[in-house]
Amino acid sequence: MKAPPFQYHRPQTREELSALLSSLENAKILAGGQSLMPMMNLRVLAPEHLIDINRISDLAGIRETADGIEIGAMTRQADVLSSDIVKARIPLLIRALEHVGHIQTRARGTIGGSCCHLDPSAEQPAMCAALDAELIVTGPEGRRIVPISEWFEGLLQSALGEQEFLEAIRIKPWAKGHGYGFAEYARRHGDFAVAGGAAMIKAGNDGRITRAALLSFGVEASPRRLSDAEVALIGQPIDKLDIEPVVTEARALDAMEDVHVTAGYRRHLAGVLIRRALHEACTTLERQP
Amino acid sequence: MTDQSVTFTLNGQQREAAADPRMHLGDFLRHSLGLTGTHIGCEHGVCGACTVIVDGSPVRSCLMLAVQIDGGTVETVESLGKPGDLSPLQKAFSANHGLQCGFCTPGMLMTLEAFLRTTPAPTEEDVRVAISGNICRCTGYQGIVQAALDTASAKANRT
Ligand SMILES: Cc1cc2nc3c(=O)[nH]c(=O)nc-3n(C[C@@H](O)[C@H](O)[C@H](O)COP(=O)(O)OP(=O)(O)OC[C@H]3O[C@@H](n4cnc5c(N)ncnc54)[C@H](O)[C@@H]3O)c2cc1C
Ligand code: FES
Ligand code: FES
Repeated sequence: MKAPPFQYHRPQTREELSALLSSLENAKILAGGQSLMPMMNLRVLAPEHLIDINRISDLAGIRETADGIEIGAMTRQADVLSSDIVKARIPLLIRALEHVGHIQTRARGTIGGSCCHLDPSAEQPAMCAALDAELIVTGPEGRRIVPISEWFEGLLQSALGEQEFLEAIRIKPWAKGHGYGFAEYARRHGDFAVAGGAAMIKAGNDGRITRAALLSFGVEASPRRLSDAEVALIGQPIDKLDIEPVVTEARALDAMEDVHVTAGYRRHLAGVLIRRALHEACTTLERQP
Repeated sequence: MTDQSVTFTLNGQQREAAADPRMHLGDFLRHSLGLTGTHIGCEHGVCGACTVIVDGSPVRSCLMLAVQIDGGTVETVESLGKPGDLSPLQKAFSANHGLQCGFCTPGMLMTLEAFLRTTPAPTEEDVRVAISGNICRCTGYQGIVQAALDTASAKANRT
């Protein structure tokens, strides 16, 4: 179908965007349009005003700052995927992005759009959760920093206020040589995942784990860190890992049921996929001599 | 809502036309500009039939608004070959039975055209991933994949 009528706005600066957001009722921001346009064409959404942020050039781009790597909200998924900084410093994000849609959707779709839309299976907000990212948000009262742990408020619901917009995502990369792994199950390549898992580990000279991040996504309404299992991994030798607590915690999640799979099958997948992700993290970990 | 003026480069030529903001780029090309080579299937981003090249990248024209291409560059299937003078990729589609009903073909061609510019020597796996967002109900994809691989190797042999 065709999108319902709306009034189109094209701000050139953040200030113009803020002014529009505080003066318009029933307005939606248009970023890559790869989730919003389908919803409008299907008439699930009918905003009165569409605010196109594609021309605000300083909302896109990737830069290293003292506080971490900042990825502008309007950075296209294709540009994150081909970024040398991200390849070198946040390889987990690259692994995940290869599974996000197709070349045509990544050419338009943005990392910020995905983090605002919050599909439960979306890889980008999930990796932000695994990486303890911070979201830089601007609103009428100025700028605020939201830790990713406070970002998810439920299905398709973020902590973003009506008059706020997402400016950038800030990620503190792990030290060089850390292990990272990613696994998901989807019906076809590029489809939304039925479930997935991600793991990051760091080990000391003695080959024992000193830091771990474990995450399941597409299982519950929001991505979920497996924090008990993360603790259980600390001090374990990576060549003799006891993965039991990891799989057990993933399989105990409050899994969703939908037309694709039952909750029980999703729990099963959560266990399998976190195991695969952790295994991959052990193989990508650079052992200290 | 009132129409807005759009000025852009279409298949190498400067064009100016008016569009209602709610009109997507695919409809704009077909209905306002008469370029019916671009096909519209699902209108929600899943079939890939509507793929055109915008500023060098393959995009879904059903998920972009016509007003968004103001100042930009669009290439459609009409920019490839003409009857009797097909482009190398189109010839390879024909030689490999890369199409039957032809509905998916413009989207396949424009996706692969953009893909082969950035990936001149792809593997079969690369080609399959590149067209993962384009659905074909007829061919079973074999001929399409072969056409892309043949085009790439013919070009490599020429240069
Ligand atoms: C065929 C297909 C397959 C796909 N497969 C996947 C997949 O496997 N995994 C996946 O994660 N996604 C997938 N997607 C969706 C992905 O492509 C989208 O890019 C993403 O979900 C939304 O990003 P966007 O830039 O397109 O945002 P838009 O669609 O423009 O916006 C999405 C929402 O976020 C809001 N928004 C956007 N930017 C901001 C901002 N800076 N501040 C405040 N609010 C903002 C908008 O108002 C809107 O509500 C797929 C899409 C398609 C069409
Ligand atoms: S018509 Fe655009 S993807 Fe199907
Ligand atoms: S040739 Fe018929 S859909 Fe592809």
